[in-house]
Amino acid sequence: MSRSFYKTILDFLAYVLLVIGALTMLIPFVWMISVSLRLPAEQFSRNIIPDPFTLKNYTDLFKDLPNQAFLYLTYNSFKLSLLSVIGQVLTCAMAAFVFAIVKFKGRDFLFALLVATLMIPPQVSLIPDFIIFKYLGLIGTQWPLILPAFWGGAFGTFLLRQYFLTIPRDLVDAARMDGASLFDIFWRVYMPLSKPAVAALSIFVFKDAWNDLLHPLVYLPTDMQQTTLTVGLAFFQQQLQAGGKFTVLMAGAFLSIVPLLIIFFIAQKQFIEGIALSGVKR
Amino acid sequence: MDYGLKPLGREKLWLWLMLVPTIIGLVFGTIGSLFATLGLSLFDWDLINPPTWVGTENYVALFQNKNYIEAFVNTLKFSALYVPGVVVISLLLAVLLNRKIRGVGIFRTIYFLPTVTSAVATALVWNMIYGKETGILNFMLETLGFAPICWLCTNNAMMSVVIVNIWGAIGEGMIIFLAGLTAIPRDYYEAASLDGADNFQQFFRVTLPLVTPSIFFQTLISAINAFQAYDYIYMLTRRGQGDSSVPVAVYSIYRNAFHFFRMGDASAQAIQLALLVGVFMAIMFWWERHYVVYE
Repeated sequence: MSRSFYKTILDFLAYVLLVIGALTMLIPFVWMISVSLRLPAEQFSRNIIPDPFTLKNYTDLFKDLPNQAFLYLTYNSFKLSLLSVIGQVLTCAMAAFVFAIVKFKGRDFLFALLVATLMIPPQVSLIPDFIIFKYLGLIGTQWPLILPAFWGGAFGTFLLRQYFLTIPRDLVDAARMDGASLFDIFWRVYMPLSKPAVAALSIFVFKDAWNDLLHPLVYLPTDMQQTTLTVGLAFFQQQLQAGGKFTVLMAGAFLSIVPLLIIFFIAQKQFIEGIALSGVKR
Repeated sequence: MDYGLKPLGREKLWLWLMLVPTIIGLVFGTIGSLFATLGLSLFDWDLINPPTWVGTENYVALFQNKNYIEAFVNTLKFSALYVPGVVVISLLLAVLLNRKIRGVGIFRTIYFLPTVTSAVATALVWNMIYGKETGILNFMLETLGFAPICWLCTNNAMMSVVIVNIWGAIGEGMIIFLAGLTAIPRDYYEAASLDGADNFQQFFRVTLPLVTPSIFFQTLISAINAFQAYDYIYMLTRRGQGDSSVPVAVYSIYRNAFHFFRMGDASAQAIQLALLVGVFMAIMFWWERHYVVYE
């Protein structure tokens, strides 16, 4: 058999494998959307195309859940995710700049210590943090989810430092000649030049905060005006399933992933480069 | 490293100000809390009565606690299934996608989707898919002539949960491996090809040795994620009483700390989890020194 024939067969097999895999990946999303567009009586139907087609579940989501719960949940998720992004980007960037550019005693030790904390599972800090926040009287408020975003972090600092190191040093020297201070160099030279890395970190932080289940579950009351979409959905799962309303539940699930889907389609490049940046350049 | 800008005069103050958040994080968030948890694990404390010193009793009790042993064993079982699954499938995907074929971008987007979307939202639909009488998975099985499976019953729940977790993770692994694969110089393949190596030989002799850094990294990340797996397990296996049909270590920590307010037991479990991560990392870094090829 000729070599090119062999190669064509192999290419074809690879293609078939990729298509089957892609369909498997997509089925849950397709099913989610499909169920969300059906009448409750049709919720267990095996047809992918909803018949009859309805948007009623989406309006029910806002009407039927008491006290506009879905609006509050969405608002809380947005608020907490955006605050996390601001906190992480600011505090990680400051630390990353200092670690990457400035020379001072103890720098390498401190940086090594920070990177070593990547190995500490976050569950370890959950209990002492809970106790501290309890003594501060902050359990049941959103502060325990906001404050930690403003105390830096190994992952973000590491990611931004890697990027800062690729910026030519001549720029620092030139800025120094013009009399720029340390903070000026950070804010006016490094931050504007690091938009791709900042974008990547922002996306990661937003995604993690938006999808976080454990921390809101621990710190926030199961009050639909206070908590986030993830906790809300987990709560409604029990209620709506018991009431046989999978259709409304799927509408809620789909709406809850829409913001991330939009961000992903706009910023796919940063997303993927960010992961590659964290994994390859060591 | 001796690169670096020298801070001038008052800038020393600025330098430390810029580090303040990070230092607070180290003290309260990570290193400080590691020691705090270690300390708490030596006490019995329900957050209401004053803590009482019990020494290593909490650790001894762990080995007699059937629920905890079950959770710990589940975490190990879960990891043993999940980690190889994620590494092998995402490497295979990356190899298939690292070729000149139509629609690479679309495939990459599709495989990456679950990585972006929340485990809570997708678990809701997986719950429907896994339904015993009403789910489409059993419908497909029956159409193909197989008996339906009770996917989320105690016997099968572990496997079902692992499948969903792998589904949710291969997108990220694929990206890591694609980055590793594109870094391999094309000359290597040309040289191998001239020597008459076929596709499979090229894969095992050229590709595999040269992606060992990515395999190392991805195994490490997957294992750390596996030890801490929680979201899908909470959503898919939670029962009426708040317990789970596949309790894992994090589930047990969460239940002990925030349902039963047994802070000492929960802390001892958290320390055990940290030890597990530590031991695993030590093994991985040993493995890296001996088997990972850096150019």
